[in-house]
Amino acid sequence: MPVITYRDALGAAIREEMQRDDRVFLMGEEVAVYQGAYKVSKGFLQEFGEMRVVDTPITELGFAGVGVGAAMVGLRPVIEFMTWNFALLAIDQVVNAAAKMLYMSGGQFKIPIVFRGPNGAALQLSAQHSQAWESWLAHIPGLKVIAPGTPYDAKGLLKSAIRDDNPVCFLEGEMLYNTKGEVPDEDYTIPIGKADLKREGDHCSIITHGKMVLVAMQAADQLAKEGIRLDVVDLRTIRPMDVEAITASVHKTNRAVVLEEGWEVCGVGAQVVDYIQRDCFDSLDAPVLRVHQADVPMPYAKGLERAAKPDLPKTIAAVRKVMYLD
Amino acid sequence: MLSMAKKKLEADTKDAARDTALLHSMLLQRRFEERTAEAYALGKIGGFCHLYIGQEAVSTGTLSMLRPDDYVITTYRDHGQAIARGMTPRAVMAELFGRQDGCVRGKGGSMHMFDANTNFLGGHGIVGGHVPLATGVGFAIKYRGGDQCIVCFMGESVVNTGAFHEALNMAALWKLPCVFIIENNRYGMGTSLERASAIHDIYERGAAYNMARQQCDGQDVFAVRAAVGEAVERARKEQHPTLLEIRTYRFMGHSMSDAVSGTYRTKAELEEYMKRDPITLLRQRMEANGTLTEEHLRAMDAEIKAVVQDAWDFADASPELPLEALYEDVYADTTT
Ligand SMILES: Cc1ncc(C[n+]2csc(CCOP(=O)(O)OP(=O)(O)O)c2C)c(N)n1
Ligand SMILES: [Mg+2]
Repeated sequence: MPVITYRDALGAAIREEMQRDDRVFLMGEEVAVYQGAYKVSKGFLQEFGEMRVVDTPITELGFAGVGVGAAMVGLRPVIEFMTWNFALLAIDQVVNAAAKMLYMSGGQFKIPIVFRGPNGAALQLSAQHSQAWESWLAHIPGLKVIAPGTPYDAKGLLKSAIRDDNPVCFLEGEMLYNTKGEVPDEDYTIPIGKADLKREGDHCSIITHGKMVLVAMQAADQLAKEGIRLDVVDLRTIRPMDVEAITASVHKTNRAVVLEEGWEVCGVGAQVVDYIQRDCFDSLDAPVLRVHQADVPMPYAKGLERAAKPDLPKTIAAVRKVMYLD
Repeated sequence: MLSMAKKKLEADTKDAARDTALLHSMLLQRRFEERTAEAYALGKIGGFCHLYIGQEAVSTGTLSMLRPDDYVITTYRDHGQAIARGMTPRAVMAELFGRQDGCVRGKGGSMHMFDANTNFLGGHGIVGGHVPLATGVGFAIKYRGGDQCIVCFMGESVVNTGAFHEALNMAALWKLPCVFIIENNRYGMGTSLERASAIHDIYERGAAYNMARQQCDGQDVFAVRAAVGEAVERARKEQHPTLLEIRTYRFMGHSMSDAVSGTYRTKAELEEYMKRDPITLLRQRMEANGTLTEEHLRAMDAEIKAVVQDAWDFADASPELPLEALYEDVYADTTT
């Protein structure tokens, strides 16, 4: 199987869907002439022309709304946000328009749209540019929220997102774009709402998604050397969440750590822990612990940023605690 | 009574002193940012870092027309303006290095310079987001009474955002002492103005709000001073806002992670614009006036380089932040 980057996996997904369905178009800042702020749409302008690969002014509220309007009357927009931090300007269109149009219109107007872009922190970009928004978005009925951690999942899920008849928020990661993995050339999709067991083990579950999948896998590798076997559940989709995959894992391991990039309060992990306490109360051998960003805006200084972010040592410490090893 | 001749001489010396100060301010920004690029390459500075090189006549020309009690707010491209406003190169460089003695204690970095002492209300990272804040400062000035003003710098891409229009409408509607300055450097990242805005004389956006508006050459520090001077006077005396489009050019890439030229602009275009380097233009003018000699310039440059070296050394020696700082300043302490 070819090994490609996460960036190229995303590019391949959009390209293939644009080739397959001429209602699909890509719109956003720097997607065309500049070949993508993060080069996901490299070569697209040349291949599809400027009607289908559209550079916008810096006007997120406006072009997100343009996407929703176009979707109301039958197109299938892929709207790129340079990062999700800037999507805050467009949140009215995502939440008040896209997410509830079908419901408000009594089922008459579906909104088949994908809002996508990098989410979460990169390196030293400080407070306004280092935020993980999945818990905000997942709060909204009517939206689907996806955060793939590997190139394979990125391609398969983005294709599903583009084919889905609902608004889908697709969260990528600047730090993921250069990561590599096996991705088949042929057409495949991954169902939205299905978690993936990335590693099987019976000592403790790690439930995670997005960029943190890599951290969980490292933790699994490292702890395996001490004979600790982690069950790594990659949610892949935050909404709808694969509750069965979570509870099946915890019933097996009786212990769990929930790892996410964003903040603790009302975070994705809080929802996961709720599902666990409802369904696995009698199986638990220890309180479930969470690993997440420190409860502060992201600082610039390198040392503080490191301290603020969830990482491998913090994840391992949480596992050891849950297993009563420390 | 001074004789005419003596009066004239005094005026000239005064101008010479003024021009020297302008040149000093611009050259200081230039040398500071050259070292900034060097420090970035060495990994002493991280994250996004947007240089101002080529645009110094806008910051210096504008800020030389303000009083210390006026306010300034700007974008992420903020190092030059911070220094031109009188923040110390030490505090700015230490911030870039992410150290304790930085102007925001290492919390903000390149994009978020703030300084309450010089009423520098920050570098802001979200395109357009700070423009309503400027209207808010104008509102506060009017609310409290007084003849201060607020200068709000922004890139030309900002005129396409909703926030810009909402902010300008309120400033005009309520007659607030705001000077909105568009630094039109022709590109927002890799997108030229012509590819992003339906009209190309963007100061005309002010027409929608019946706002005083003007366009001027941003490579000529005196043209900037003249335009800003009028706007500031209007703000102080009539409390009316102004929209200025100052035409300039950035000589570097959008940020340190971008190529200087490439898919969106040619090397030839860049070279053409670099012929109108604002520092060279002022220098030539001063040399023609006889207010600057080669020797004087060399001495000034040497002094500035030493100041910048001192800023670097200071930043390098400034301590890393203690981990407790992570949780400081999330909330203001309201206990009395
Ligand atoms: C709302 C928002 N969208 C996108 C960005 C990413 N971005 C940062 S600067 C920039 C270009 C801005 O250009 P301009 O306003 O002309 O200012 P310049 O950089 O030329 O000084 C873009 C797209 C952002 N910071 N905020
Ligand atoms: Mg610009």
